[in-house]
Amino acid sequence: MIQKELMAVVSQSEIAKNIFEMTLTGTLVDQIDEPGKFVHLKAGEEMMPLLRRPISIARVEPEKQEFTMIYRVEGAGTSALSRKRAGDLVDVLGPLGHGFPVEEAAAGQTALLIGGGIGVPPLYELSRRLNAKGVQTIHVLGFQNQEAAFYTEQFAALGETYVATVDGSLGEQGFVTDVVNRRGIKADIFYSCGPTVMLKAVEQLYAAPHGYISLEERMGCGIGACFACVCHPAEDETGTAYLKICSDGPVFKAGEVAL
Amino acid sequence: MSRLALELPGLSLKNPVMPASGCFGFGREFSQLFDLSKLGSIMIKATTEEPRYGNATPRVAETPGGMLNAIGLQNPGLEKVIANELEWLKQFDVPIIANVAGSQTEDYVEVAKEISKVENVHALELNISCPNVKTGGIAFGTIPETAKELTKRVKEVSEVPVYVKLSPNVTSIVEMAKAIEDGGADGITMINTLIGMRIDLKTGKPVLSNRTGGLSGPAVKPVAVRMVYEVSQQTNLPIIGMGGISTVEDIIEFALAGADAFAVGTANFVNPFVCPELIEELDRYLEQHNVDHISELKGRSWK
Repeated sequence: MIQKELMAVVSQSEIAKNIFEMTLTGTLVDQIDEPGKFVHLKAGEEMMPLLRRPISIARVEPEKQEFTMIYRVEGAGTSALSRKRAGDLVDVLGPLGHGFPVEEAAAGQTALLIGGGIGVPPLYELSRRLNAKGVQTIHVLGFQNQEAAFYTEQFAALGETYVATVDGSLGEQGFVTDVVNRRGIKADIFYSCGPTVMLKAVEQLYAAPHGYISLEERMGCGIGACFACVCHPAEDETGTAYLKICSDGPVFKAGEVAL
Repeated sequence: MSRLALELPGLSLKNPVMPASGCFGFGREFSQLFDLSKLGSIMIKATTEEPRYGNATPRVAETPGGMLNAIGLQNPGLEKVIANELEWLKQFDVPIIANVAGSQTEDYVEVAKEISKVENVHALELNISCPNVKTGGIAFGTIPETAKELTKRVKEVSEVPVYVKLSPNVTSIVEMAKAIEDGGADGITMINTLIGMRIDLKTGKPVLSNRTGGLSGPAVKPVAVRMVYEVSQQTNLPIIGMGGISTVEDIIEFALAGADAFAVGTANFVNPFVCPELIEELDRYLEQHNVDHISELKGRSWK
């Protein structure tokens, strides 16, 4: 069930350059049944920015009715959000979209989780759930540089973790796909979230027989009504077929979408 | 007696509030959130004869108090809209206003003829004001004689009353309203979006892939109110007013300007529960202000 709720901020801190971690509490948390879903939120009632901002869910604590999200300050919307303090309210719509299918990985199998930049956060809750059911996880996380990196220790606590930075200031120099190739990492399934160019490269890795990717796109309504975030399916003879990233996704089976 | 129930050509409305075309899809997404039968009507997404993918992304850009969109009439095409969307909508007790679009006169005529036969379609909304397609759309909505001719042709084949959606991107909207009234229109819906643009300072290029887009949201409300005020005094046609409505006060303002009913567009994207909320609030507002029926307010600003 999609809910709209004024949720209270439990805590907020800047965990890397322009990267904020915010924990919110409310009954909406009860509805978050799958990692990879997202929330659509509005910092205030002002008319600029008018629209909500889609942000992925990084961690869920059902018993505390809390969820944590990690976002990068990009413009007016996320900037207003970053000024919120504990006790402030945020207008949250969610949970939205289709998340990562945890059931596709069986206990004893190995899952490869590849994240890039602000695509890393949803993989954290995914990794927790996979580990909880006995799936071994390997994490490959890519960041611009050391300043922009976050959650590397949290991932390392869950499984083998490799970091790639474009300038080599943290972990290995290069892209996430370079790390996978260099180390010859193989798995039973992969899950990935990040910029489209990265996802395209990840799909061509063949590090696992099948996998799932989560797409990012500018969104309007977040529920599938405005047609702002459409993409083409990979197989489309007429050229008029479409998938909505917000409601058909943001997670798709690798190869399903034309990237 | 209900303060909100209203009779308009083809439409017996429980209340005068409805989602505007293009801002509600075909209702499926919102049906997960509330009972669509609560709505006065639903103006479904523009339907063309053939399926359309629309423009490349980015298709939306935010602006102060509003947004620009250039979706480009994306829809699954007449056949699928009738077979899947309208069929699915039959489970709800709500009259549908079908938004009809095309590239040339024959397209409009064909869509109007077929879609007006569907039992839950109680009226058509002729889309002669979409600013985001290369042919058709607004091309029919800026020359009075062309709009009149198209209205006439559609009226000949439609089995239900025809409302025409007017564009604000014209020199005289009154002239356009009079032209489509001459063409036999049964009502007016107004306004569609205003053509605008945003330029990305980093790239130096327009933000939208279509370059221009239609501006909507609270930012356009004063323009819409002014146009409803002018048109309502110059025609006898009922008006479904829209343009930036997001609060009950906005609805009252449109009524005072001369609108009979009210469509909510962009606000659905900000708060998907806005329509049912407004319906409840409107009833309460009228009661508190001792107004027996919403129609009492129509055109009070100029009467």
